[in-house]
Amino acid sequence: MRHVLGDKRAIALLLGPALLVYTLVMLVPVVWSFGYTFFEGNAITGFEPVGLDNFTRLLHDPDVRTATWFTVRFAVLLTLVQVIVGYLLALFYVFVLRRSSGIVRTLVFFPVVLPTVAVALLFQQLFESAPRTGPVNALLEAVGIGSVDWFASGTTAFWVIIAMETWRSMGFYAVLLYAGLVDIPEETLESARLDGASGFRLVRHIVVPLSLPVLLSAVIFSINGTLKVFDSVLALTNGGPGNQTTPLTLYMYQTSFTYGEYGYGSSIALLLTMFCLVVTLVIFRSSRRDLTKA
Amino acid sequence: MNSQTQRRSTLAVTAVAALVLSLTACSSGGSDEAGSKASGDFEYLSLAENTSVKDALTTLSTGACAAPEATSALTVTTQPQASFDQQLQLLAGQGALPTIFATGNSPEVIKDIHGAGQLVDIGAELDELGKSDAIIPAARSTIEALYDGEDYVLPTEFNVEGIWYNKTIFADQGLTAPTTWDELVSDAAALADAGVTPLAAAGKDGWPLTRLVGNYIYRELGPDALQKVADGDAKLTDPEYVEAAAKVAELGAAGGFGPSVGSIDYTTAMNQFLTGKAGMYYMGSWALANFNDEAQNTVGADNIGFVPFPDVEGGVGDSTQLAANIGVPLAMSESTFDDGAADWLGCIADNFGTTSLQDQGVVTGFAAEKGDDLPALTSTVLDQIDQADTTVLWFEALFNPKATTTSTSNAQLLVTGQMSPEDFMAAVQADLG
Repeated sequence: MRHVLGDKRAIALLLGPALLVYTLVMLVPVVWSFGYTFFEGNAITGFEPVGLDNFTRLLHDPDVRTATWFTVRFAVLLTLVQVIVGYLLALFYVFVLRRSSGIVRTLVFFPVVLPTVAVALLFQQLFESAPRTGPVNALLEAVGIGSVDWFASGTTAFWVIIAMETWRSMGFYAVLLYAGLVDIPEETLESARLDGASGFRLVRHIVVPLSLPVLLSAVIFSINGTLKVFDSVLALTNGGPGNQTTPLTLYMYQTSFTYGEYGYGSSIALLLTMFCLVVTLVIFRSSRRDLTKA
Repeated sequence: MNSQTQRRSTLAVTAVAALVLSLTACSSGGSDEAGSKASGDFEYLSLAENTSVKDALTTLSTGACAAPEATSALTVTTQPQASFDQQLQLLAGQGALPTIFATGNSPEVIKDIHGAGQLVDIGAELDELGKSDAIIPAARSTIEALYDGEDYVLPTEFNVEGIWYNKTIFADQGLTAPTTWDELVSDAAALADAGVTPLAAAGKDGWPLTRLVGNYIYRELGPDALQKVADGDAKLTDPEYVEAAAKVAELGAAGGFGPSVGSIDYTTAMNQFLTGKAGMYYMGSWALANFNDEAQNTVGADNIGFVPFPDVEGGVGDSTQLAANIGVPLAMSESTFDDGAADWLGCIADNFGTTSLQDQGVVTGFAAEKGDDLPALTSTVLDQIDQADTTVLWFEALFNPKATTTSTSNAQLLVTGQMSPEDFMAAVQADLG
């Protein structure tokens, strides 16, 4: 093995094809898109150089501010909810259901494999208020609260998106964290129990510190996924009402492909990329610090 | 060794054959600039959702247009409406537009393609063929209003818009069809009291609501009111424009669109009206296909009346100025416009209107023979079109795509009181620049 990997030609031969494909399908479009940020136009009208105009516009565009604020709120809240609910489910599998958790895990995981659009349609029907009263509103009426038009305001629509995404993804995080929890040696737990730790104290002082690495990977997965949310919002609310549930990704898509402004769309894409990069770096750094402590 | 050589030579032969085939395919299908204009296929790119144009062209190809069909056969490909503009941008960017195609969702896209010199000047071609009367005056005026005074599209639909009302419900409540905005508001209040949705409107799509804003502006300020905004001579934030948004918002606040208007989509609104759950319905005459369909229309076509958008008291415009549009018109690509395509254009000019009206029940912008067995409601609409001397466009007709999106997506906020009329108009004006 060392003989093969010591040979530069062998390395080039092994890496070459993958690197070539990666360059063609990833790096070239990324650089191309970055280039577009200094131009404005589209495939029909052609492109005109505009210098740094797109970046100035980015700073002053109220729609970018609305979209960024929505993206941040959505990502932070959903990451917390996804990881916490996933972790609670994982604890439930390991400590309550134990060996018989198989069927429950499968059932909770099931929404992960459903197509996003199908789930969005399902939630539209669930929270429908007109022309038919959906199950959620029927329940609210039954307990005397009265029907709510969930998709008529940005605030209520936001909570429906959060509920839908949680339902859709909690099974995935539960399984991910479950894998981390079953790795904790039974002896450690046993000795902690002998020392008198049980219930919440056992989780707080033994289980959480020992599953911290997998918990952090779950957070990184989640925050990157939620910052780039697109299909579920497009299918459920299409960014509305108004632009109250429009994330940066959807605004970027509309700018480029509906308004025909490829240059400005690329600038929004660049902003989103920087966002993801910074957030990931911050989490990586803090995780390293935490790991050395643990 | 032997079999390897054999395989190589087979490969080489296949490759050469493929190359030759692709070259011949190119030369027959593409434009041949140097030599005679050999006619390629008459390729039509259609909206997947619209089957009436496709059906009319297919009918023509086996009947009245059999001659052009013989030299240049009709082929149809479809693309879903949601991704149609992207497809057009892509094809235009590659110089690969089909012979004839639907112009997509936003007039802006086809204006860009025209600006890049890729379209046939259909008006001039029709003049050359001696068929300049093929397009009816009302449709021509709509086209010119929409496309900066030029005519490079074919009006395969011509729709007038207005308020359709349920005659039985109106008679039961002792109401008459509204002729002024104030009457519309009082009719709506009476209907709401009677537990009927006054105006069925697809708030989810937004445009059926902004159509009311646009019409109010035209009635109040005259037929050039929105052209002034497009030219920068007036702003939507001017008080007389804001008034239109405020009036529509007031109608919404008084329950004029029924509960949860933001959740109602196009089909649902249509259903509300056709099943007798709504008293009025603002819609274009393309809905005649649904009205004349007994399976969908349980209130009966005889039971539906039509009035133009009512007058606004003290306004400059009046209700003879019908709101009109040409649906999604067709355009033709310059690079594939050969003799066959020219023959097809002539044949379409002569026959499309009649075929479309008699076979599909669709009113087009082409001159047409009415025939004897036309549904009564369709005849009513044709009479209205004949009487109209001036037509007006819709609210977003002259807006860029961004202002259009802002307008339609905020409409439900306007009528549910979550956005003030001032903020609504300011948001749209901001995108107009």
